[in-house]
Amino acid sequence: MNAPVIVRVQREDFDLDAEVSALRRERSDIGAVVTFSGLCRDEAGALSALELEHYPGMAEAEIERICHEALERFGLQAATAIHRFGKITPGENIVLVIAASPHRQAAFDGANFIMDFLKTSAPFWKKEHHVDGSIGEWVSAKDADDAARDRWTRKP
Amino acid sequence: MSTVNLVYFSWVRERIGKGEEMLDLPADVVTVADLIAHLKTRGEEYEAAFEHQNVIRAAINQEHVDHAEPIAGAREIALFPPMTGG
Repeated sequence: MNAPVIVRVQREDFDLDAEVSALRRERSDIGAVVTFSGLCRDEAGALSALELEHYPGMAEAEIERICHEALERFGLQAATAIHRFGKITPGENIVLVIAASPHRQAAFDGANFIMDFLKTSAPFWKKEHHVDGSIGEWVSAKDADDAARDRWTRKP
Repeated sequence: MSTVNLVYFSWVRERIGKGEEMLDLPADVVTVADLIAHLKTRGEEYEAAFEHQNVIRAAINQEHVDHAEPIAGAREIALFPPMTGG
């Protein structure tokens, strides 16, 4: 059996199909696979690149904690999370999350949960580079992302 | 006196002008909040980095902590802005 949680933080691109195949390899118990890909937008042509800084070691550890929590909480059979760092140009991949479970709802919820926590607690920071050659601001954290995370912990 | 490795990221790193430093801390620096207050006495680059210190996030030995967390025994303390990955 493959390891249930695969986490990688890397400069190079990833291949969604290859990662899904790796997660499913030699298993016939999985009934649902949900994938989420986060891409770099061009911001109406103004953005030339995003520069992603990360905290080596903690980035991997934090995403692993989140994935293991998702496994337990939603009964996922497997989860993969890959996050890139360095300079990423519009149209390129930034992040990939794959969640697998016997039925669809857990896989949808698991992928959603992993992304909500990854965005607010995995130590990555984005800086914008513009097509006019100027280096822009660090991207600000959004209240909407905190709210998305908090809905998982809100008391019913 | 204890020695810790401090690491900074994103605009905290840029404002301080370095990503990492070893620092001897006086005994009255007990919590993360004390550490930030102590760093602010070290010069205007630190004052700029920690101007809005309530937005600063901290990690001890690569795990998130609150500003009230004691830093005793910490090998590595990281200070950084809210995260914007994903």
